[in-house]
Amino acid sequence: MEATSARFPANARAALGDADLRASLARLQREYRRDRAAVAARLPEFDALRDAAAAIKDHALDHLAFYLERFEERVIAQGGQVHWCRDGTEACEAVLAICRAEGATAVGKGKSMISEEIGLNAFLERNGIAPVETDLGEYIVQQRGEAPSHIVMPAIHLNVKQIADGFRAAHGALDPARALDGPDALLAEARTRLRDKFLSAEIGITGANFLVAETGSVVLVTNEGNGDLTHTLPRIHIALASIEKAVPTIDDAMALVRVLARSATAQEITSYTSLVTGPARAGDADGPRAFHVVLLDGGRSRLLGSERRAILRCIRCGACQSQCPVYGHVGGHAYGWVYAGPVGAVLTPALLGVPAAKHLPAASTFCGRCEEVCPVRIPLPALMRSWREEAFARRAGSATERALLKLWGAAVRRPALWRALVGPVSYVLAFCARRSGVYRALPLAGGWTGARDMPAPEGGSFVAAWARARKADAP
Amino acid sequence: MAAEAPEVGLFATCLVDSMRPSVGFAAAALLERAGCRVHVPRNQACCGQPAFNAGDRAGAASIARQAVAAFEGFDYTVAPSGSCAAMLRRHFPALLADDPGWSARAQALAAKSWELVSFLVDIRGMTETGARFDGSAAWHDACSGLRELGVRDQPRRLLASVRGLTVKVLPNAETCCGFGGTFCVKYPEISDAMATEKAREIAESGADVVLAGDLGCLLNIAGKLSRIGSTIRARHVAEVLAGTCDGPAIGAPRKRG
Repeated sequence: MEATSARFPANARAALGDADLRASLARLQREYRRDRAAVAARLPEFDALRDAAAAIKDHALDHLAFYLERFEERVIAQGGQVHWCRDGTEACEAVLAICRAEGATAVGKGKSMISEEIGLNAFLERNGIAPVETDLGEYIVQQRGEAPSHIVMPAIHLNVKQIADGFRAAHGALDPARALDGPDALLAEARTRLRDKFLSAEIGITGANFLVAETGSVVLVTNEGNGDLTHTLPRIHIALASIEKAVPTIDDAMALVRVLARSATAQEITSYTSLVTGPARAGDADGPRAFHVVLLDGGRSRLLGSERRAILRCIRCGACQSQCPVYGHVGGHAYGWVYAGPVGAVLTPALLGVPAAKHLPAASTFCGRCEEVCPVRIPLPALMRSWREEAFARRAGSATERALLKLWGAAVRRPALWRALVGPVSYVLAFCARRSGVYRALPLAGGWTGARDMPAPEGGSFVAAWARARKADAP
Repeated sequence: MAAEAPEVGLFATCLVDSMRPSVGFAAAALLERAGCRVHVPRNQACCGQPAFNAGDRAGAASIARQAVAAFEGFDYTVAPSGSCAAMLRRHFPALLADDPGWSARAQALAAKSWELVSFLVDIRGMTETGARFDGSAAWHDACSGLRELGVRDQPRRLLASVRGLTVKVLPNAETCCGFGGTFCVKYPEISDAMATEKAREIAESGADVVLAGDLGCLLNIAGKLSRIGSTIRARHVAEVLAGTCDGPAIGAPRKRG
């Protein structure tokens, strides 16, 4: 997809003016906060589990090459194949080569953020292959020609009416007067449409929540059952995964599943937790006859050796998005690329570069809610700050901000000078606003006074006033 | 003897120093009531947070060194701000970790640096301040104090002891008000949306006054309340706890008419 992250401020302004979007996001945040708090409270060891989950991911990242090679050995031993891809282009080509070798054009897809990252759908369509999203949310946004706006709730930016309008536009053969007045009607229509796609798909493409090194299994965590239909019915299963998905054992994967479902959708466990281990064996009732894992680096190995490696612990639960107050006001599309919210603010500069993504780590109040709920305890504000440091070092930010910061720094490093300035300026500001108490407009402060008044200072410096008072008190 | 009064360095913070000296005096009064001897070193101005959060690590480190030097001589350093106290407590050691002359000094200062209300309750064992405030107050949890320092129950406990005060519970007291330092002027529309929501919830609470422990958040909230024409006033929690609410609230007129 074309990234619009560089236009974040304009994207955000447009989003803030969209009343439907604001209502959908407000509902997400209200309900998610309540439900996540409840599901966490029901599990006394939840925080200990989060520590364990972070430790599992850290260990896997410490020995990533070992576990990836072990995973590949196990996949091959079971008759599957692993395709190592340095970047999105290689990954798209690998998928296309498999489709071409099969002469396949009908592709069903389960949910995969990697496929969004590498632009797989558009690439396959350019090559005459029409992938159909089978996850309901992904199907909804695909019909509308949109990208997912949230990692686990791709259509969370839409309300029922918008979804119904999208279905009417996309399903032109159906009676335009049909009732599509609620989630059940929409689900029934999508299910009917998708049933044929499941049955006719020659290739099924899924994502992967975890890659289990000890067994060569791909773990898929889903709620709708579409994932299993996607990989068991077609002749070929292709799982897309980035390299940091590897974990040592099934036990490790299950420990992560326990924090994943609670953090993603406030469920204790999702409806389906599937372990896919190689193609169908002789005598199996179903399953694909070929099993491929397309393994993407896509900038991860560079992150692995960097100060920001903790972001590779991410298990894509979307909790940071669901809780972030900035995401909660502008939604996922404003961030302009695949990963929105706090996780996107850390990943996007790494994957697209600082110039394209400099706004994302800057557009945070550092309120810390993301870190507070992250199931693998990624220090998201600290990582965002590290991108701000890189942007500052490269002089990527505004020259005015830099100059003001320098002036302010020069003043506060000289406390006597600081107070010589603070005293007179604050007295003047206090005096001029003695009747209103606030300024409705101030030169150079339009960013503040455009939206709120600026309270006037009381007048004078506390430190200076204290010194005077103590001197007066002295015997 | 163990009960000897600790020497406390009051880190006023640049915002209290320049915008609202009465918060500094209220903090000093509370510390004295808690049995401390209060010092306000003149070699103080700022904790370096604006530089730190703008990505200017070297600038922040240089300001941090100055603050370490100004405060390391006291038994404790106390700031009437969660975010500034979190700078001293959480971020100075990391900022100066690679500086052999300062790393240990930054760590020593961090270990004895506190946000005002948590210091009063957790270190000094204060259970009531003896203050009186006739009216109702909504409490807003400023983010840094809440999440970086665990300041949650301490202010609620002390406020509960204030005679005449009814505490109103805000529905999303732990949600950011949209200040975020320079965030509020770099992304003013997003900040406005967050502040508007906060102001609406405060207005709906029916409280006479909104209280918090960080002046940055309070300037944002007071400014928004004023812009929407609300009569609800904003004050730093120290003013109510110290019983020094005689002067105008934040952004309130000093003269009638």
